[in-house]
Amino acid sequence: MSVETATLPKSPRAYSNIQIAVAFVAAAFGLTILQYIGLLPAWLHRLPETIIPNFAGWLDALFNFVKDDLGLLAFTRFLTEGLEWLLDFSANIFFGKRRFPNVGPIPWTAMAAVAAVIGYYLGGWRLALLGGGTMVWTALIGQWKIAMQTMSVLAIAAPLAFAIGLSLGIAAWKYDWVDRAIKPILSILQTLPFFTYLLPAVIFFKVGPTAGAVATTIYAIPPMILMTTLGLKKVSPEVVEAGKMSGCTKAQMLRHVYIPSARTEILVGVNQVIMLCLAMVVLTAFIGMPGLGAKLLAMMGSFKLGRSFEIGVTIVLLAVMLDRMSKAWVIKQPEHFERGTPWWKRHSMLLLGIGLFSGFTLLSLVVPFLAEVGRGQDLSQGKELDNLIKGFLDIELVKATTGFLRAFLNVQVLIPFRNFMLSIPTPAFILLVTAFALALAGKREAVFALIFFSLVALSGWWDRAIITLYSVISAVSLAALIGLPIGILAARSEKWSQRALLVCDTAQTFPSFVYLIPAIMLFGITDIAVIFSILIFAMVPLTRYTIEGLRTVPEEMTEAADMAGSTRMQKLWNVQLPLALPTMAVGFNQAIMFAFFMVIIAAFIGTQDLGQELQRTLAGTDLGKNFVLGICVSLMALTFDLTIMKWAADKKRMLGLA
Amino acid sequence: MSADIPVISCKNAWKIFGPDPEGFLKGMPAGMSFDDIRAAGYIAGVKDVSIDIHKGEMLVIMGLSGSGKSTLVRCFSRLHDITGGSISVEGQDIMSLSEKELIELRRSKMGMVFQSFGLLPHRTVLENVAFPLEMRGQDKHARRERALEVVKLVGLEGREDYFPRELSGGQQQRVGIARSLAIEPDIWFLDEPFSALDPLIRKEMQDEFLRLQQLLNKTIVFITHDFDEALRLADRIAIMKDGAVEQCDTPDQIVLHPATEYVRKFTEDINKARVVHAGVLAQPDATGEGEPQDASATVHDMARMLVNDTRDMIPVQRNGAVIGAMPRKDALDILLGSEA
Repeated sequence: MSVETATLPKSPRAYSNIQIAVAFVAAAFGLTILQYIGLLPAWLHRLPETIIPNFAGWLDALFNFVKDDLGLLAFTRFLTEGLEWLLDFSANIFFGKRRFPNVGPIPWTAMAAVAAVIGYYLGGWRLALLGGGTMVWTALIGQWKIAMQTMSVLAIAAPLAFAIGLSLGIAAWKYDWVDRAIKPILSILQTLPFFTYLLPAVIFFKVGPTAGAVATTIYAIPPMILMTTLGLKKVSPEVVEAGKMSGCTKAQMLRHVYIPSARTEILVGVNQVIMLCLAMVVLTAFIGMPGLGAKLLAMMGSFKLGRSFEIGVTIVLLAVMLDRMSKAWVIKQPEHFERGTPWWKRHSMLLLGIGLFSGFTLLSLVVPFLAEVGRGQDLSQGKELDNLIKGFLDIELVKATTGFLRAFLNVQVLIPFRNFMLSIPTPAFILLVTAFALALAGKREAVFALIFFSLVALSGWWDRAIITLYSVISAVSLAALIGLPIGILAARSEKWSQRALLVCDTAQTFPSFVYLIPAIMLFGITDIAVIFSILIFAMVPLTRYTIEGLRTVPEEMTEAADMAGSTRMQKLWNVQLPLALPTMAVGFNQAIMFAFFMVIIAAFIGTQDLGQELQRTLAGTDLGKNFVLGICVSLMALTFDLTIMKWAADKKRMLGLA
Repeated sequence: MSADIPVISCKNAWKIFGPDPEGFLKGMPAGMSFDDIRAAGYIAGVKDVSIDIHKGEMLVIMGLSGSGKSTLVRCFSRLHDITGGSISVEGQDIMSLSEKELIELRRSKMGMVFQSFGLLPHRTVLENVAFPLEMRGQDKHARRERALEVVKLVGLEGREDYFPRELSGGQQQRVGIARSLAIEPDIWFLDEPFSALDPLIRKEMQDEFLRLQQLLNKTIVFITHDFDEALRLADRIAIMKDGAVEQCDTPDQIVLHPATEYVRKFTEDINKARVVHAGVLAQPDATGEGEPQDASATVHDMARMLVNDTRDMIPVQRNGAVIGAMPRKDALDILLGSEA
């Protein structure tokens, strides 16, 4: 093991990390035993209420100071006006009537035509069909307006996030101190539950589209920063030198050499910005942002599964369309035209787009149906689907299966596990987590784990934090039970790997919200539905990284195993899995991060964890409490993130794969 | 500019990489070897190099990878700042230039060609070639005209609208060459320009390069790790090892009188008869009889004559005037290998 070899040269007196970890586990075990036989004093089981500091109150005071005394609120309200103007503008173009600038709304047929032309330009017939088809479906199913409400916010938030992310990325690349300042903030932002973005947005930027746009923008900035910095760092030194020798000034270098050369990474950033914006803009339904998310929330709330399903399909189609198109843009390379190609041929796609757009716009003046699908004209089958789904769930076999799963998992596995986790005394639990970090990663991570979990204990939300953790752990474990075998099986052939990866890629583009739909359909409003929605969400990265890890094992090594006469199983256990393990750990880590994200959304179904409390704060102005809860989730997620990523990196270096 | 000022003059130049290169160089005891410096945690990229390059000369810097040849050339163009010593271009110390002056110098006097071309992927051939002109603010029409001219010069006519990705390696390097020539530089740096190309294309590009040089007559610093290429192109060769110049001389002198053991090993397998010229073997105070040989003929060119002839001393002429005579035995030694 790495830890043992690493400690070899030390003097025999020093204890290895493993030994210390074992001691911690033993101590935790002892404390738990004491608790079970009733000898543990109560103050050692849970921190007494009296010593819990009033973090929320302090934070509130701080926020109030910044908000009112420093005039931040006045400033953001000022920004709000500008943003409102922009959002009004895009709202008018996409769906709104009778507001500035009074040009819209654009007929759905014209939009569909433009989407198809863009699709064709970027990726041929398939994308044309996807683009046009998505728009046609959305209109005909009767969701045009709510979809466009969502898109109108996206159309403002995504460019904003792009511009801010790009500038910050450039700054972080250029100045070391910006990079150092930004890094920790980014890792916290990426683990902070989205409810924590929402409340400040509401308080500082008014309820509705403005707050939604702000929360969405902030949520989508981090990957843009990271991709920009990455791309700029990767520009080949010769290209840079060629630029310098061509006599570029610093500004010219950036504008003409660096940014165009980092095109691929920047466009990958754009893709991520768009996808995160879509995921978040749907979730802003929780703060009253109208659109697809709000409708879905309402439909699921009243258990109208047919309509929920249709909205889910629309969201998924939009997500896949945006993802495929922006990815096609990444790989689209410029191509030359033969000399003498006439002007109209060089710009044929642009002309076609304009032509179709104006054609349909004019046509829709005559045929109202082409401008707007009216009430009663849509093809929504909500009721029928409802009955179909309920009928399916009523089939004896299905009912028996879900019933059994519900009963078995709940009674035999989940509830006992949860009660056990709750019964562990707080200090024992902190010791266990510290031991985990120490054994896997090292002293630095162990110290972080100790501090982070102690802070969670001090926050006063320990029980809810443990329930959150319980949901995450049980869902990820179940996901691993299903996802790992699927990944291992798929990795056996190139063809199936490709297919499984395609499914995973597609599933990963779905906004997390839609994962609630099948969970609620199958299990109703229960604990199992929560676990189930996290499970399918977390399974995606697990499967994906397992396949990737196994497929990237160097061929000479598997060939060497074959020539050594190993059976498939021997090869898998002795060669492929050990080498794939670091990559699989990255997938495992991502699964945990996804689970922390999903468990908060699942508060909508009804949970007793931190997410539930967080959701409650949205209704008020309890910014301090909101932050304390959000930071609790973030601290727990960060502990796992730090530990597992460090382990994976160490392991990779040891195997010589890095 | 008077002719006696070298175009590039490099005096005791040092380039050291490490945490505090200036401080290290100041406190460094004299006579430290490359390995001593490395043991102290620094890398000597350029180690006490002094070299003058004259107008119209083609200097080839030659060495294995890691010998510091690319670093040295980047010091000449101040892509790297030197740690110690001085480098002047046309009498002007380039380390004293402000950023603006440096940019001006590159915009007006220097061109550089890179090993992996360094083309901008999002620009067409024409736009890549016009790039330096665009940077110095030339108007669109004029730069297009000039770019077309250079594209034609390197034989890429008809491919002006292609993107680098759509060209072969050889064609891409032609674009790199055209770009470096667009501003009509006085000094032309070429950093292993043909190393990334396959052997047949390389030969073709070398011919093309010699054709261009005859046409343009620039001051050239050419880097290569290929000794044959160096011999083929160079007026003078500087052989580098561990950041220092081992020997800097004409190809004839390098093969005839290697200054160090390292250079000798390098030249061991070279067919000297193809390198050494009659002019070098000629002794100015000696006289010979019969038909004179041209000074630019190699021993290899004269092989048949050397074997068949019976004269001891053969006169050598340059531009029609006899400059001396060469002993036939010396030439035969080179052709057949000396007896010793």
